[in-house]
Amino acid sequence: MQNEASGVLERFRQGDLDALESLFRQHQSAVFRWTLRIVRNPAIAEELTIETFWRIHRAHARFDPALGFADWARRIATHAAIDWLRCQPAAAPLSIEQTAELPAPVQADAAVSAEIRAATAFAFSRLPPRLRIAAVLALVEELPHKEVAAALGISVAAVKLRVFRALRLLRKDLIQRGITP
Amino acid sequence: MNSQEEERLKAILKATLPAVEDVEPRRDLWPAVLRRLDAQPTAPPWFDWALAGGLATLAIFFPAAIPVLLYYL
Repeated sequence: MQNEASGVLERFRQGDLDALESLFRQHQSAVFRWTLRIVRNPAIAEELTIETFWRIHRAHARFDPALGFADWARRIATHAAIDWLRCQPAAAPLSIEQTAELPAPVQADAAVSAEIRAATAFAFSRLPPRLRIAAVLALVEELPHKEVAAALGISVAAVKLRVFRALRLLRKDLIQRGITP
Repeated sequence: MNSQEEERLKAILKATLPAVEDVEPRRDLWPAVLRRLDAQPTAPPWFDWALAGGLATLAIFFPAAIPVLLYYL
């Protein structure tokens, strides 16, 4: 089994399309879910999953089978999502409407009014993408900082700093809108 | 920002953006990947090159601006 898996990875590294399909079938769900956590829109997450495997195919010669495919794919997916977020107009993504499209039920905290949630969604969408991604993965999805750091290709300390800066900017923006968190 | 405010902000954020449950793509994406692989690679748009040139020029003539540029990357 181990030999079979390493054989697939080696064939992928040589540019074999069948090996790519085999890896795609194994990892597409994980890549899709990871991307969905960042962009929070199923249709966009599907497009970015396609983009990610296209990038993976283009980079096949640089893949090191010793490093593991899943982590490598996740990092490429993260960069594809960052590129997409950077192309979006400020305040376009992560709106309440998009959140409502997600399969997860919206469990609104009764203590947080709809007005505050709308203002927060707007303020959050105005954050720089690299801060937004760190905050959404570490705070909303509650992923370990180590996992977020690996996906972003930065240190754990840098993740903590980005999360802190995201919260600070979010607070500043909310206060400017007359909302005291 | 004290720890109480930080916790309150986290709670607001989680109420605004609920965590994503385990879900699957709604369609088989492999045919679309194949179509993407068959498509001709696109050259970077001219404004990407212009932007890169502008940023390089700025970094050369105003090195003090580099931290600001890095902040917004």
